[in-house]
Amino acid sequence: MTGVGRDGQQSSTPQTEAPTDQTDSASALRHPTGGSDRLRRGGGRGRGRKGKVESVVPEAEFTSYYGRPIVKPSPWEHDIPAYLFAGGVAAGSSLLAAGADLTDRPSMRRSGRLGAIAALTFSMVALVHDLGKPSRFLNMLRVAKPTSPMSVGTWILSFYGPFAGAAAASEVLSMLPGERKGVLRLAEVAGRPAGVVAAVAAPAVASYTAVLLSDTATPSWHEAFRELPFVFVGSAAAASGGLAMVTSPVAETGPARRLAAGGALLELVMEQRMERSMGVTAEPLHHGHAGTLMKAAKALTAAGAVGTLLGGRSRAVAALSGAAMMAGSACLRFGVFEAGQESAKDPKYVVVPQRQRLAEHGPTRFPA
Amino acid sequence: MTEARISPNAFWGPLDPSADAGYDDDRPKRKGFFTDTSICIGCKACEVACKEWNDVPSDHFDMTGTSYDNSHSLNANQWRHVAFIEQPVRPKQTVDLGMPGRAPAYVPGLPATGADPDPVGAGAPAPIDTSDLLGSMLAEAPGSDGGSASADSMDFRWLMSSDVCKHCTHAACLDVCPTGSLMRSEFGTVVVQDDICNGCGYCVAACPYGVIERRRGPDGHKNVGIAQKCTLCYDRLTAGQTPACAQSCPTQSIQFGDVEELRERAEARVAKLHEAGVMDARLYGNDPNDGVGGTGAFFLLLDEPEVYGFPPDPVVTTKDLPEMARKAATAAGVLLLGAAVSFLGRKP
Ligand code: SF4
Ligand code: SF4
Ligand code: SF4
Repeated sequence: MTGVGRDGQQSSTPQTEAPTDQTDSASALRHPTGGSDRLRRGGGRGRGRKGKVESVVPEAEFTSYYGRPIVKPSPWEHDIPAYLFAGGVAAGSSLLAAGADLTDRPSMRRSGRLGAIAALTFSMVALVHDLGKPSRFLNMLRVAKPTSPMSVGTWILSFYGPFAGAAAASEVLSMLPGERKGVLRLAEVAGRPAGVVAAVAAPAVASYTAVLLSDTATPSWHEAFRELPFVFVGSAAAASGGLAMVTSPVAETGPARRLAAGGALLELVMEQRMERSMGVTAEPLHHGHAGTLMKAAKALTAAGAVGTLLGGRSRAVAALSGAAMMAGSACLRFGVFEAGQESAKDPKYVVVPQRQRLAEHGPTRFPA
Repeated sequence: MTEARISPNAFWGPLDPSADAGYDDDRPKRKGFFTDTSICIGCKACEVACKEWNDVPSDHFDMTGTSYDNSHSLNANQWRHVAFIEQPVRPKQTVDLGMPGRAPAYVPGLPATGADPDPVGAGAPAPIDTSDLLGSMLAEAPGSDGGSASADSMDFRWLMSSDVCKHCTHAACLDVCPTGSLMRSEFGTVVVQDDICNGCGYCVAACPYGVIERRRGPDGHKNVGIAQKCTLCYDRLTAGQTPACAQSCPTQSIQFGDVEELRERAEARVAKLHEAGVMDARLYGNDPNDGVGGTGAFFLLLDEPEVYGFPPDPVVTTKDLPEMARKAATAAGVLLLGAAVSFLGRKP
């Protein structure tokens, strides 16, 4: 009972090299067409999903080694989705802060710069906390590896961080009473160029995290690679716009509302497309804890976007909508994270997509 | 060693991994394993030898309740893992193999009666004399050993397979490692440098075979928080020795040697088995054009890969990395543009 598709139709495995002198019964042996004698009781047939009844699609049949996982889930804990969320908030906030600075919106500039540095600090703490050996964080900086999204991300953050920090420092200085002289004055006026550089680097901060997840063997992360960057930048825009709507007066936050609503729309649309292109690996996005988080993410983001568009000029509605979109973004990151972890623990999400690929295209071979 | 080099087949496709990593022409030949599971007897000598030689701590030995497997999986504390699969036997065999239910127990790599001059292969294991082993496999009739249970009464078979890190040509673990802790050795193998790994765990999620893992355990124990896996006995290789697991394998199911030569040996073996009617025999990981560029440690299996806990069509995740990078760059552009557009128009 190998490699049976979701529709329950047999697609046993013709990919092994065909011996030349294959007799009929040999081929029956190698290409079983069903029969309970082929059920691998010992070899472990696919487990059914415990207590799942909502699906009318027949369960995918697959073979595994006693239902044990094939790939390993990442050892990452909740620091990582928190880091993804905070990184998105930081990136979007830097963009809004630079725009606010250039268009004379002092309150939104302040909330953007300070929000960015707070979120960045939080995300760095989360990241370092997650390392098995936190004392060795600096080992990341001993190489620059284009094939490692974590290495690339570290370098992106190392570039972005100081500029975001300089912009925030300038903001703090400008909040102090009196005039500044010398170096401090310099630090204060450096805020604008630093903020602009941070804003140019910021989109990479928001989108690389999608590659960070996708460049793994974790089925529900890898299979999402086509759309996940768009989902994540949409989520970053919604969350950072939301933060500005919470912290700044409506007179200044027109751009934040537009960014947030646009981001929410992008996130929702691309998330739908992502699920469609993921095949069976989209399932974990609907099950269990991850499913709850993803439902909450969609509801909160959609509600926030609607609130923004309809009542964004009211301070209370704006703040509420902004908070909803921030919460939606956080739920999305945690939901995607957990769905991936679950997908790695179930051999189904490794075997079934690979079997489907084999049935449709044959084994993966480098084009000669 | 600089890691930034990008060759045409850097992301996938056939290549010589140690040359790609920058070792020059007087490097040794690529080393690896051909694990012939058809002659594995499940004795676990390899597991034990590995633990002893590499000082790998024991952990959670207990029965799983599903088979005689008490070491569960490859993980940080289990660099070799012998899978045990109890399986209902096939309804029909084209050729009577004698005792299909006990096929693995024949140890056909060894002479039928005693007197192997070099049973553990002190040097490189001698190529298996396949004509001989097939002779013995086919000649021995059920019950010829006089009085044991008739094979006809057995309706199941055992599959046993000693699994290990595949030392992939395109090793996702190595590609994604942000510290350079995972490195390609001059033997073309993939090795963790314990003193550089920062425990980020990225390699764990990247390995398409679920091999490498971060060691858990109380702080202060050896290498806790550090990614751990088979080194292909790097220390023994540099001293010109055979890896401990292969050295200890009593049936030469684990054959160590030059990958190129092992691939030929494997082809010959599978052809012989097909000739003898064992049509289920197939090689796994030997093709340099496959999704991971071929593996340094590859296998002869008697059933579908997933039966043994292998992915049926593994692909290194970096194969898609160029497209991932393009998508991410586009998404970043969309965000930048979106932010700029948000500021257009008059102030409210
Ligand atoms: S099997 Fe996994 S751990 Fe071993 S080299 Fe390949 S990717 Fe790395
Ligand atoms: S856990 Fe260690 S070996 Fe693995 S990717 Fe991180 S730094 Fe590299
Ligand atoms: S080669 Fe060495 S480290 Fe690898 S499994 Fe064998 S004994 Fe263990």
